[in-house]
Amino acid sequence: MDKMNNKEYQKYAEQKIPKPTYFKNIINAFLVGGTICLIGQIIRNILFRFELGEESVASATAIILVFIGSFLTGIGVYDTIGKIGGAGAAIPITGFANSIVAPAMEYKREGLIFGVAAKMFTIAGPVLVYGIGSSVVVGILYLMFTAGR
Amino acid sequence: MIKKRIGSQTIKFPNPPSIIGTSSIVGPKEGDGPLKDYFDIILEDDTWAQESFEKAEAKIQEEAIKLAISNANISMNDLQYLVSGDLLNQIISSSYTARQITLPYFGLYGACSTMTESLSIGSMIVEGGFADKVVCATSSHFSSAERQFRFPLEYGSQRSFASQWTVTGAGATILSATGEGPYITYITPGKIKDFGITDTNNMGGAMAPAAIDTISQHFKDTGYNPDDYDLIITGDLGLVGKRIVLDLMRKEGYDLSQNYTDCGIKIFDGVEQDTHAGGSGCACSAVVFNGYIYKEMLKGNLNRVLLISTGALHSPISTLQGESIPGIAHAVTIDNLKD
Amino acid sequence: MEYLIAFVVGGLICVIGQILLDTTKLTPGHILVIFLVIGVALGAIGIYEPLAKFAEAGATVPILGFGHTLSKGAIEGAKSKGLLGAFLGGLEASAGAVAAAILFGYIMAILSYPKTKK
Repeated sequence: MDKMNNKEYQKYAEQKIPKPTYFKNIINAFLVGGTICLIGQIIRNILFRFELGEESVASATAIILVFIGSFLTGIGVYDTIGKIGGAGAAIPITGFANSIVAPAMEYKREGLIFGVAAKMFTIAGPVLVYGIGSSVVVGILYLMFTAGR
Repeated sequence: MIKKRIGSQTIKFPNPPSIIGTSSIVGPKEGDGPLKDYFDIILEDDTWAQESFEKAEAKIQEEAIKLAISNANISMNDLQYLVSGDLLNQIISSSYTARQITLPYFGLYGACSTMTESLSIGSMIVEGGFADKVVCATSSHFSSAERQFRFPLEYGSQRSFASQWTVTGAGATILSATGEGPYITYITPGKIKDFGITDTNNMGGAMAPAAIDTISQHFKDTGYNPDDYDLIITGDLGLVGKRIVLDLMRKEGYDLSQNYTDCGIKIFDGVEQDTHAGGSGCACSAVVFNGYIYKEMLKGNLNRVLLISTGALHSPISTLQGESIPGIAHAVTIDNLKD
Repeated sequence: MEYLIAFVVGGLICVIGQILLDTTKLTPGHILVIFLVIGVALGAIGIYEPLAKFAEAGATVPILGFGHTLSKGAIEGAKSKGLLGAFLGGLEASAGAVAAAILFGYIMAILSYPKTKK
């Protein structure tokens, strides 16, 4: 044991870890992620029948999907979908909803302000920070590149 | 001056403290596992009608202590000290339990190594003549540990194959200066070993070096060989850690292949119960020892056991800061004979 | 046909995420942030818009689409309102999803308790 240095041991320990079932995970991610997008498409097509504009339909679709994601998290189903689907459940906007609702529920016993409301963004907070932050940068860059024209 | 130490790390008790009663309480999932017949109480509801998982854990520990006292046919007044610990920040489960138990209290943090840490300290107190009887206890809860160390329960994430499942439950052991055994005959407190593993999904890999160090030191100090034990069992190294221990112990010159296993592997059926690398948590070695091992020793199916609870002494903050995981392992010999 | 396209494109985006999850030490939280920023970048250089037209929900439902919405909003805001618009646009365009997540998240938290995983 003492003959091994840290690097050697880390490499050795890494080899002892069972490898993920890559193929199965990829297929499941594809099926779950694809299905959620398919449901999104169905919602979109239904909303277009109400003769809403593209932007309203996009927003409304997102809101409905967020509702579905939140609801399934609340009744304790989304963690199972996530376990099966992996990235297929995490990457769609329903996964974003799950990442908000799960900690909010978890910290209910710590109170409604510093529990639910504060912990709501433990996972989704960084998403909003980088998303909104980078969108402002994009807007400013756009102005800089088009200012001369 | 030092009379009871042998070798560089081991203590040999001339008057070994006796175990006079134990208890084990587990959650529903553990109660579905292969060791279900050995546990005293199997909960159907892992909140035990408490409003939080933390309160549930404290209640489980408290009830385990009371049950051990009644299993030993003694009363609370016969005890002098409570030695306990758990996984949660500031060991709240143990301290809130101690609030209910009117005994002087030593709170320990040894993460999942707490069972043998408390047995070691408890034995030293009793054998040193500082107490007649002490109770050693520890607990863990899947849901309270998960929210502290990992993700919210309803978050849809996949667990890695090296990851382990925190055992819900508690175990308590009553040690006495007099009794019919089984006895604690040797203890080998371990040193921290850290080989730079930072992956908190690979606790087995992070703690295995500490276990290997403590086990081989125990053999060196006592002069015993693996064959001298009916069972050598680590706390919660899981499948990954067990492989490493078997492999590297062979390189150290000890063949453990005949009688070595891990509490984390014993407690769950990894395939049926989907626990990946096995069980973990303070309660893992606590309920396996106080349930399975103790009862098999009373039956005479096991006579000398080396129990090595293993702990990963990191925190969520050290993990975020990229620090590696310090591992620890304490070994305790439990023997039906006084040696 | 559009259903099939949405299914396949959405599925493939998730497959990229799954490969990253399984072969690196990244957590789902990391993947969400990375995909979102990539979405913002792809939207900014105009690559994502054609994909969104082609695959519709297959491109807009994954978090990449959320990023695209943000950068598209910021650019349109900048076009119409200048610097102020660059600040307002992204959040305006994505406000629905964020507000919904906050409201529904709060309601679900009040109504339900988390359960230990099986």
